[in-house]
Amino acid sequence: MSRGSHTKWLRALLVFCAPASVLAEPASHVASPTSIFAPASTPAQSIFGLSMFVLAVVGGVFVVVFPLLAYSVVKFRDRHNDDHSEPPQIYGSNQVELAWIVVPILIVVGLFLATAHVIASIQNVTPPSGSTEVVVIGHQYWWEYRYPDLKIVTANELHVPVSDPAHPTPTFLTLLSADTDHSFWVPRLAGKTDLIPNHPNRMWIDPHEAGLFLGQCAQYCGTQHAKMLLRVYVQPREEFERWVRDQRQPANASSASSGISSGKRVFESTACTNCHTISGTAANGRFGPDLTHLMSRDTIAAGAAPNTPENLRLWIRNPDAIKPGSKMPAMGLSDQDVNALTAFLETLH
Amino acid sequence: MSTDAIIWPQLQTESRPITERLHEWVTTVDHKRLGVLYVLYAMFFLIVAGIEATIIRIQLIRPHNDFVSPQVFNRLFTMHGTTMIFFVIMPVLFGFANYLVPLMIGARDMAFPRLNAFSFWMTAFGGLLLYFSYVGASGLYGAGNAPDVGWFAYAPLTSKTFSIGNSTDYWTLSLLVSGVGSIGTAINLIATILCMRCPGMTLGRMPLLAWLNLTMGALVILAVSPLTAAQIMLLIDRHLGGHFFDTQAGGSAVIWMHFFWVFGHPEVYVLVIPAFAFASEIIPVFSRKAIFGYAAMVAATVSIAFVSMSVWAHHMFTVGMSSGANIFFVLSTMAIAVPTGIKIFNWLATIWGGKLRLQTPMLFCIAFLFQFLIAGLTGVTLGAAPFNWQLGNSYYVVAHFHYVIVGGILFTLFGAFYYWFPKVSGRMYNETLGQVHFWLFLIGFHLTFDFMHVPGILGMPRRIYTYEPGRGWDIWNLIVTIGVFFQAAGILVFVFNLVWSFFRGKVAGSDPWDAWTLEWSATSPPPVYNYAVIPTVRSRRPLWDIKHPEDPDWRYE
Repeated sequence: MSRGSHTKWLRALLVFCAPASVLAEPASHVASPTSIFAPASTPAQSIFGLSMFVLAVVGGVFVVVFPLLAYSVVKFRDRHNDDHSEPPQIYGSNQVELAWIVVPILIVVGLFLATAHVIASIQNVTPPSGSTEVVVIGHQYWWEYRYPDLKIVTANELHVPVSDPAHPTPTFLTLLSADTDHSFWVPRLAGKTDLIPNHPNRMWIDPHEAGLFLGQCAQYCGTQHAKMLLRVYVQPREEFERWVRDQRQPANASSASSGISSGKRVFESTACTNCHTISGTAANGRFGPDLTHLMSRDTIAAGAAPNTPENLRLWIRNPDAIKPGSKMPAMGLSDQDVNALTAFLETLH
Repeated sequence: MSTDAIIWPQLQTESRPITERLHEWVTTVDHKRLGVLYVLYAMFFLIVAGIEATIIRIQLIRPHNDFVSPQVFNRLFTMHGTTMIFFVIMPVLFGFANYLVPLMIGARDMAFPRLNAFSFWMTAFGGLLLYFSYVGASGLYGAGNAPDVGWFAYAPLTSKTFSIGNSTDYWTLSLLVSGVGSIGTAINLIATILCMRCPGMTLGRMPLLAWLNLTMGALVILAVSPLTAAQIMLLIDRHLGGHFFDTQAGGSAVIWMHFFWVFGHPEVYVLVIPAFAFASEIIPVFSRKAIFGYAAMVAATVSIAFVSMSVWAHHMFTVGMSSGANIFFVLSTMAIAVPTGIKIFNWLATIWGGKLRLQTPMLFCIAFLFQFLIAGLTGVTLGAAPFNWQLGNSYYVVAHFHYVIVGGILFTLFGAFYYWFPKVSGRMYNETLGQVHFWLFLIGFHLTFDFMHVPGILGMPRRIYTYEPGRGWDIWNLIVTIGVFFQAAGILVFVFNLVWSFFRGKVAGSDPWDAWTLEWSATSPPPVYNYAVIPTVRSRRPLWDIKHPEDPDWRYE
């Protein structure tokens, strides 16, 4: 990655577009965790720089042409005290017309060169050593994350390490789809890239600050496209490594409590196992999210609801109450079984 | 055919029973009646698709709203998009072209009147087929399922696996059927314009409207054919065991995208070029000046059509194309800004030094100039691929293309309605109501579509039936929805004005605007045969020559 020359270019762009940045300032201060004008990772930052340049140029065109239009409409409107004669007829002028061919061509060439540069700087990047590899698999209305090097499988909440701009440790995502098209879009980290069946894609992020970054599926994928939310947890290196260690532990399946073991029995004896995996048990389905460390997540149903015992119970009893049209069926369990199952799930730290 | 045989229906219509008169409309091959049928048909679907949009906006007025279910919402945006493109804008433009082109080139009808009728009825049945899905299609959620795959129907969502039942088949068949109609009309327009011009009307003396519709016809043939091919492939996939787009059997979802957008982007120009045509006729008449740079306008139109064939993949910047492919499509996309800019500047130069009559048709065209400028500039921002990686598929895109379709196309269409209404009906519309419509619609349009850019910038994707609070999107969505009601009120005034004026408006005479093109030399409404004597022209503005014998145009052209 030629980061040095790249940031220099960016800085030049940003200086050039200072006026537009001022215009864009209010938008970035609107309290939105998903604003494209609050970049926190190199790809998003490069796009932001280019955006400001493009906005400055089109803003410049606007500032010239709009008042010109307004002026000519006001200036040449028909006065009522007029003598009703026709104005002089002018059929054209080669010089004038040539001018408004040449000037737009120059503007387009400038925009094109800046754009081509940023495309290459984001797309033509090879992973440096120390980068993290994640395979992202889009499913109808949830996200599967597999870390092939770390031997971790999780869902819906992506954990990645912070990347120090001086010593970048970016995360590279391989994007796959298990069913229809999806799109991975966390605006503060990078532009969106689609997940298309039979068409693996790549993208990368190198978040410069720790924190939770939000986004959601940006390609219509079916009934519950709206609640296919994205949560990216960017963690300092040690915290990320602790998370990795925890995720690699087998499920906490040994429990003495009778309620919990009966919940486990319910899980293992019903259709749950067809779709879900809990490592260390017989359940190894892949149609739904891996539940091995379910309790390490803040949300369920791809971010649609906080991960609380009440929501878990509701979700098992009637998924449509949270996410109508989701692929999780209502299990038709007795209250007793639902309670036992929830108690068991709550042990999956 | 003898003259008697042509005049005969005109003389008889008033006294005969309604069934017979309806029968005449159903069996007509007259370009003017078919034009009116197209327009009325499109108006009906404009109301339908407008109601769909209103329901969509009510659902999005606040986060976690439950006005409609996700299933219903997804059908609504699919039907809204499909209806507006294929059964509102295309037919209304075909209707105007049908009505105006023969009149403006001094012909008595289109080249192939029966093909013309056939094309209209194919388009009409296409629309009925689409809406029959609400009754006839069964799907995952039982009977009464309209398609819910989105108007660009990306594979593999349309495969049997994900789209159970037959709502998607209704969508496919309806576009297939209406596509045949579109191609028929395109062939007819091209043949008419190339072969039926009156004596003296060389290509260089045609009204711009004829030139632009000629270009549009060529684009329809080039654009609709791949769409038709793709629809047939989709039918083969769904019913004959094909795997073109069936990703689970190794098919390609990306190929569908290419097919769709090879149609989809030229389609934008199929829609906008006739809108340019209206502006190019109305602006000179209401500025009292000849169009500035006629040759440049024609050249810009033709080059837009050419370049528009090579920009389709700018709809696919997020699909994961190589950087080389992305860079190519950035260049071709931005190149379109040049001829488009020429057009805006030429219209501006036409206004410059004129005496503007700010009546309703001109008001709509002036608003169009401002709005099309903005739409073009937001188009450039979307054409910068990396910016598109952020903005693509967000509400910014929705705002951008509605700025083109509503702010550009629909505004000039309203202008065209008011401009040619006296010709078609023989009566003037009410100017006050026309201006009320203009201001209501202008306010509504800007409330809705200016503010719609913002949630896109703040990360709101399109096609979501609801959204999370706390993203900073709430207030913008509220404003956007409020604007819809102003637009709806404007449309009501518009419909009322036209209906009322049709019966009660004051008689218009053949040339109420003191205009210059041939259609204003025919009576209002024109007789079935248009011109008793085929006119002969010596310039682009034959009526100017007649009105100003001391200073005719042909001295300068």
